[in-house]
Amino acid sequence: MTQKKDQLVIAGKPYQSRLLVGTGKYKDFEQTRLAIDASGAEIVTVAIRRTNIGQNEGEPSLLDFVPPNRFTYLPNTAGCYSADDAVRTLRLARELLDGHKLVKLEVLGDPKTLYPNVIETLKAADVLIKEGFDVMVYTSDDPIVAKELENIGCCAIMPLASLIGSGMGILNPWNLQIIIEHAKVPVLVDAGVGTASDAAIAMELGCEGVLMNTAIAAANDPILMATAMKKAIEAGREAFLAGRMAKKLYSASPSSPTQGMIS
Amino acid sequence: MQLRINGNIKSFDDNSMTVEGLVTKLNLLGKRIAIEKNGMIISKSEFQNTTLQDGDQLEIVGAVGGG
Repeated sequence: MTQKKDQLVIAGKPYQSRLLVGTGKYKDFEQTRLAIDASGAEIVTVAIRRTNIGQNEGEPSLLDFVPPNRFTYLPNTAGCYSADDAVRTLRLARELLDGHKLVKLEVLGDPKTLYPNVIETLKAADVLIKEGFDVMVYTSDDPIVAKELENIGCCAIMPLASLIGSGMGILNPWNLQIIIEHAKVPVLVDAGVGTASDAAIAMELGCEGVLMNTAIAAANDPILMATAMKKAIEAGREAFLAGRMAKKLYSASPSSPTQGMIS
Repeated sequence: MQLRINGNIKSFDDNSMTVEGLVTKLNLLGKRIAIEKNGMIISKSEFQNTTLQDGDQLEIVGAVGGG
């Protein structure tokens, strides 16, 4: 009997890797490429920014190192503080990527914390979905907001584990669990992962994947950390599928036989 | 004519120019970019047919590293 492949399916498309990575904050494009290769990620986020005009014509671009025909680009709306700006950015992204529909929506509410503005996020998601985009949405870990985003048609819900770039790990596993339990679309942790154990915990909770950037890019050795994250995601997923033992306080159950002890 | 490109005023000798002409001048032909003219996206297939006028505001964007 062949076992059904355990795949991440987003907007109908299967992916082997459950680790999604950003392409920012690396030392250079070469390091970006090496880290992404080591992570095994198939989906990579990119930002949309003004092109340098009349400067360094031959300057290398991200696209040379992370070719869009090898990876699924996930254009984001990083830096957008209103629904209008986010929608405008992703319309440009769709044009830029030849009609590509899969996008990451994030609308920020505060430059100091980069906490999401869920009201603007909901507005933008509604417009984008009506325009045919497949919206993976960054949001707070509020289960009601997560459900609303799913109800209006987002193809993946991506609550924060903690603030963007903070590396503080999963601060509210209970909320994440509620979101996961109620969601019919994939839930991915986006933001806040600091090290491999954080990624493993997210997966053990039942997340379908994890999106991270700084945890890899800001490690002393980003390429080694990318490998660590790949393993953590796989280990966490397998542990989730395996189903952990029940936690027992004081109900001692030795793993070795109690019979045949020497006396 | 003068155009505002990515927030900066640029002057050109030409009195009339298409978007394709501009893209060529800026050495961006064939590069992966998207262009917005006065708030409206101009698709690549329309570069040739879209004429620019003095005072037009353009945004020319590309994909960069980000999380």
